[in-house]
Formats: sequence, C-alpha cells, structure tokens
Amino acid sequence: MVRWNRLAGVLSPLVAVAAAFLVGGLVVLAIGESPIRIYAILFRGAFGSVDGVGHVLFNACPLIFAGLAVAFAFRAGLFNIGGEGQLYIGSFVCAWAGLALVGVPAWIAIPLLILAAAAGGGLWASIPGVLKARFGVHEVINTIMMNFIAIGLTSYLVINVFKEAGQMTPQTVEITAGQLPRLAGPLRAIGIPLPLANPLNASILIALAAIWLAWFILYRTTFGYEVRAVGLNPQAAENAGINVRRTIVLAMVVSGAFAGLVATNEIMGFRHRFLDNFSSGLGFMGIAVALLGKNTPVGVLFAALLFGVLNTGALEVDVFTDVPRELILVLQAVTIILVVVGNEVLARKLRAREARVALEAAGEAS
Amino acid sequence: MAGGPAIEMRGITKRYPRVVANDRVDLEVADGEIHAIVGENGAGKSTLMKVLYGLTPADAGVIRLKGKKLEKHRPADAIRAGLGMVHQHFMLVDTLTVAENVILGEEPRRNGVLIDAAAARERVESLSAEYGFELDPAEYIENLSVGLEQRVEIVKVLYRGADVLILDEPTGVLTPQEVKELFVILRALRNSGRTIVFITHKLDEVIELADRVTVMRDGRVAGVVEASATTKEELARMMVGRDVLLRVSKDVAAPGPTVLEVAGLTAVGRKGREVLSGIDFEIRAGEVLGIAGVQGNGQTELVEVITGLRKAAGGRVFLNATDITNRSPRQIRDLGVAHVPEDRQARGLVLGFTIAENIALGRHHREPYSRHGHLRLDAMREHAAELIDENDLKPRDPDAEARHLSGGNQQKLIVAREFDCEPSLLVASQPTRGVDIGAIEFVHQSLLGMRDAGAAVLLVSAELSEIMTLADRIIVMYGGRIVAAFDGGSVSEEELGVFMTGAGGGGGAGAGEGAGEAGRAGTPDGTGAPEAMH
Repeated sequence: MVRWNRLAGVLSPLVAVAAAFLVGGLVVLAIGESPIRIYAILFRGAFGSVDGVGHVLFNACPLIFAGLAVAFAFRAGLFNIGGEGQLYIGSFVCAWAGLALVGVPAWIAIPLLILAAAAGGGLWASIPGVLKARFGVHEVINTIMMNFIAIGLTSYLVINVFKEAGQMTPQTVEITAGQLPRLAGPLRAIGIPLPLANPLNASILIALAAIWLAWFILYRTTFGYEVRAVGLNPQAAENAGINVRRTIVLAMVVSGAFAGLVATNEIMGFRHRFLDNFSSGLGFMGIAVALLGKNTPVGVLFAALLFGVLNTGALEVDVFTDVPRELILVLQAVTIILVVVGNEVLARKLRAREARVALEAAGEAS
Repeated sequence: MAGGPAIEMRGITKRYPRVVANDRVDLEVADGEIHAIVGENGAGKSTLMKVLYGLTPADAGVIRLKGKKLEKHRPADAIRAGLGMVHQHFMLVDTLTVAENVILGEEPRRNGVLIDAAAARERVESLSAEYGFELDPAEYIENLSVGLEQRVEIVKVLYRGADVLILDEPTGVLTPQEVKELFVILRALRNSGRTIVFITHKLDEVIELADRVTVMRDGRVAGVVEASATTKEELARMMVGRDVLLRVSKDVAAPGPTVLEVAGLTAVGRKGREVLSGIDFEIRAGEVLGIAGVQGNGQTELVEVITGLRKAAGGRVFLNATDITNRSPRQIRDLGVAHVPEDRQARGLVLGFTIAENIALGRHHREPYSRHGHLRLDAMREHAAELIDENDLKPRDPDAEARHLSGGNQQKLIVAREFDCEPSLLVASQPTRGVDIGAIEFVHQSLLGMRDAGAAVLLVSAELSEIMTLADRIIVMYGGRIVAAFDGGSVSEEELGVFMTGAGGGGGAGAGEGAGEAGRAGTPDGTGAPEAMH
C-alpha cells in the first residue's frame, strides 16, 4: 500500500508533464508549426551545450528556493502565496547589508548576507504567520496583501533612497561585498567547458544545501515533526501538547527564509544590485514548482529543474522559430493544472468510496 | 409474495481489491419479522446491505425481494420494490419542517407545479398517528432531538411506500428511553405486516427486539438463530470466533489520595453560552469515575478544560494538589494526565503519520524520542514495535500509516500510547465508540488495569452499560451541570436514563460524595434544557 502510494506520487507528475507536452504540441500545431521541431529546438537549447545546462541550473536555482518556501509552509498546512513579497524583502535586506559591509572580506560578508536574506524573508513572513495564528486571518489573503506592500516598499526605497546617483535605472549601486563566485572558472579547471559568461554561480550549491536542510528539518527534527503534525491534523497536534500557534508562526518564518534566499542567486550571485521589480513572479512560480514537486524537498528540486529547462529552451524557441515564447508559459500552466487535477482525482477516488454510499442514497431516495 | 420470504439473498459474493467483503452469503428474512444482523466491524454487514439496496453490485449471487428478482438494480429500483433504508447518519435538511423533509423529492403536487403542503401535512400526521411517532409536521428539524430526527427518517421511508425497512445501527445515538420508544414503534410496524432488518452490534437489543438473528464473521454467515433461543454469550462467540468476556470482572476499588479535584468549574462556549456551570467533583487514585449523559450536555467541554484544550471561565482544577487550571495541554500532559479523546480521528491520531510517529505523539519532544531537538526515528520505531507486540496491534509494521488501520486498531493504538506513559490521571472519552467486541474487551481491561495500578480514571461514555460495568462512582451531566451522583452498583440504567434526560428533578440526592452538587443542580430552572440541546 505504502509503496503503491509512493509510486503514484512520482508517476502522476510525470504523466501530467507528458500530457502537458501533448497539449502544448496541439497548440503548436494550431499555430501551424511542427511540434517535433519546436520541442527539438527547446531541448537542444537546454541540453545541447554545456552553456545551456548552465543556464538550466541558473534558472532553476531561484525556483528551488521559492518552491521550498511554498512546500515547507504547505507541510504546516499553510498556503504561502507570499513568496514574491518575501523574496523582495529578503533581497532588499541582503542588498542593504551588502552596501553596509563595503570592504568586508568575502568569508565574513557572504555568511552575513545569506543570513540577512533569510532573516528579511523570514521576518516578512512572520507577519502573516502571526495574523493567522493570533487572529485566524487566512494566510492566503494576507500573504497576497503582503506581496503588494513588499513590492511597493522596496520600489519606493530603491527609487527614493538607494538609487544609484545619476542613473535612470531604478537600482542600487553595485554591491561589492559578499559576491558569490561564478562557477565557470572552477568548472573549467576540472575540464567542464562552461563559458565564462555563463551566470551559473555558487548559489546553486546553497540551493542544494537548502533542499537537504528542508528535508532534515521536516523529517529529522522535533520541530519538523510538530510542523507536519500541525499540517496534517491541528486538533490532534493540540491535543498532543503541541503549541499550534507558535508552530504556525515558526513555519511561516522558515518558509519566508527560504524565499528570502532567492537573493543569494539574484543579488549575491548575479546582479550584484537590487533592481526594482527584478523578480517578475519568481515567488509565484514557486507555487507551481511546489505543486509539481508534490511539496517534498526532492520533488521541488526536480520540478525546478524542469522549469529551468523550459525557461532556457523558451529563449531558443523564441529566437529560432515563429512560435512565441509564451507557448512555454502555456506549457507550464497546463502542466500545473494537470498535476493539480491528477492529485484531486486521486484524492477523490479515495474519498469517493465512503462518500458514494451516502450521496447515492440521498440522491436516489429523493 | 404470500408466504414467501420478504428478502432472499443467495450466494452473495462481493470482492474488494484487498478483501472479500461477502463470501457466498445467504440471507433470508421472513415476511413480517424483525431480523437482526450482527457482526463486528468489517464482518460484511454493511456491504451486504449495500448490495441489497443497490448501492454496490455484487460479483455473484441472487437477490429476491418478495419473490421478485432484483438484477443490476439501483437504490431507486429497490425503493420502487418496497425497500427503505434508514441510515446511521441522518439525511435531513435542518432548516425545513418535518413535513417538508418527508416529502422532499416526492412532493404531492397541485396543478402539476405547486407543492400541496396540506396533503403533505395530512400524510405525515396520519403516519405519525398510526405508529405512535408523535411528530409535529410543522416543526423544524433543527428543533428536534436526535430520537425524533430518527423518526422523521423512518416516516420518510414509509412515505415512499416501503414495507421492508433496513435500519443501520439505529440505537447508537439514542438514550435508553429513546431506544425503548423506538422499539415500540418497530414492533408496531412489524405488527402492521412490515418487515424490519436491523444492523447492530449491541447484543442486548438483539435479544430484546429481534425474532431471528443472522450473525456474520469475516464476510461469511456464522449462523442464523432464533433470538429467543440464544444468549448474548453465544452470539458474541459466533461473532468473534472465540469466547469473549462481555462483562469484565472487577475487584472492589481501593481508592487512595485525591488525584483530580474540580471545584466550581464553569466554561463558556461559542456565542457566549455557558456550557459548564459550577462543576464539582473529585477522583481518587485507584478509582473510576464515570460520567453519564446524553452527548452535548457539557461532557466534551469538561474533558477539554481538564486536558487544557479549552479555557475555564471560572473555578479551579487541581491535579495532585497542583493547580492546573488553564495550563497548556503540554504542561498538563507532562504533569501526568493521559487523554483518550472522544473522536479518535479528529483529536487522537494524525492519520497521515505512521504508527511509530503516532505512538510518539504527545511525548515526541522528550527522551527517548527527541534529543536536543533532533528526532530519534530508531527509538520511535523500536518503542512502537514493543507496543505493537504488547497490544497485538495490526498491522505489525511501525511504518504503516495510521489511516490504514481498522477503527478498532486505531483505538488500540491510542489506548496503548496513552496508557504507556503511566499517568496519574487517565481521561477516557467514549473509549469504545465504534470499536469491535474484541477491542472493547481489550480497552475495558486496560482501563481497569490502570485503575488497579493506582491511576485515577475519568470515564465519559454514552454507553450506559460501559459506565455501569467500569465505574466505581457515577455522575450524570445534563445541561452543563451535574444532576446526580451515585455509587456504582447502586443505580440501574433506567434510573440513570431518567436523569440523563433532565427529568430527574430534585431526586438526585443519591449516594456518594456528589450529593451536594446533585442537590444544587436539582432545581431545574429551565435554562439548562435549551443550552443542552443545540
């Protein structure tokens, strides 16, 4: 029984992805292009070169953090839609710390900036956590609202307080402290010819560590046990002496911290600046990644990689064909819908057995 | 149809992926008899009835209803053929009247579109008068007691012309008085020529009400007997396949010092209603205090306040002379209170957790399960394996998810966990609800074992027989108050039943330490009743 469940858990996203590609193919056909050609270009873009693979990993990296944020909260029974806001605040605090630490050597600055990013996201997420735990305000509503506030607040601060003097672009000056090294150099040293221009940086290693950390917290710590208990059955958790409210707040903090770590790629590893509106929806993509990854840390890794492939290949499709890159967005959306539908169908089949009796009886009798 | 059986089922087989729910089952119900079907959970009673009613098709077998063969039928066909089912969970619309509920889906019409309300009322009234239902057609369902709701369900079935009635566990939610009244109605229905099949696990009722009994075990018929020619013990043996202790033997209690003291406890529910009013009692080490009462009279709230799940509005709770009023559930647990909650799936277990994880629940933050915030899975599994062995839990796999356990094993899991921590106070709410006879025996013996080991036990149960069997002292709650207190053995089920319905008046000045509050509560001011209903 257990094994079958697990198999179904792996299979259903795979089936959904395959079905999504089928639907995407039909869309391509409708445009008058050959699906096979388009998909060939897409996968060649992603896997055809070392540079492509580097871009896949680079694109997947922030999605891993954003996906972990959603997945972790979900384990506590919380739907954290606020990853976007949390990653903005995390990134801003990270950038701020970077600006404040000018001249500080990397081995001190890097850990401090990582901490700043996590703390920024975590603190921001603690607000909807407290609102939920203390006043019962639904987290979906207040995390969405917190997104608007975060985006507006960072935008205001960048434009009015931190903008680089004499520049039109709404961004901070370059942050020299705590830059994460790119991986092209070391990889070339061991014979992997990643072009020096490739943006892949050490943040991907932090992302892999974060996946392990999320797994460890959830399945190997007392706190993670309580998080899962609260997520699965808050009433039983309460009865077992677990402080449900505190667990909810802390789970939101950890979730927000993961979101904040997006800054390690976007600020510390790539831009070295805080650019207004830089994310354009990474936090929301995190929801999709978590859903596709079935809210498990390892699932998030694979889902983020798939999205990394699609995003990287989309560029090629855009350049080499008449098919708009928006097709990739359609593909991603269809995948998510199918995964969610698949999950729902599975869950319903299980519930249906019990419910059918009552329903049919009521329906037929009346 | 004359002379032939009302229901004839031959060789019914129903397989589910993992289990054969019905294995060549024969059932014959004579025309105009009351026929009981008994068996443990999972014995195949419900499946058989679902097959009969057309909710699920059988893999093999023949069904005849009054001599007419039913094939690939659906509930609508069964209803047309004169079969009616009264479900365990009522399907009534709260905001409609009795008459409206009865006619729902088959409304008498005027001019084709208008509902003929007058005709509906008349029909309900005549059915009600004929069999003594005493239902007011114009009353709203939300104002009815559970017993009356059940009668509405029966009238619904009769209204649709059923002359063969199936009742699924009809007495589970009723007080003893309501059960008696139900039996009067069922006998009247039989005497008017109708056939009644009722599914139950309460053997007393079988003996009292049924003409014949079909006993099921493991998907097969274990026997068909005349009710007048059998005993509870024989039925239990047929159900379980071995001898069962129906009444655990109990030594005289040897009460020690006071463990739990509740003084002047009050609590307020939603909408600011007072759900507990001045509750006083104490339990000593080595005794079982039973709380009897119809559900919804404050027992749930009392247990919640004691275990820290609900805030008290006034009064005090002392555990071994330590004030634990309004402490957190964890503090109270850590002080030695174990709790078997009334709803095992809602409060007692995390169904998505494994057996091992559930065994740790409540003590997961302490050694040996945790060390410095690090979860020790090996210790959890090891201890779970021990408890599985000691308590004969199935499956014998610490990594099996709790949701895959049968109801009885889920309850055994909770009992095993809560008893394992050697509590000084054990609070057990409805510890055997929906549990097989075999598991009931286990739970009862475990409870008495705890008592004899020196624990104070607070037992809340809707099963009067359970209270009567286990409790050394009994208090009755009604409308959030204690309305009577007795020494175990000094009171009959009937007497308790009278107090449970609030009809006891001032007569609660019975035996035991509770006489004081019984006297106070014995001045029914009328406000208690509506509070209690809900």
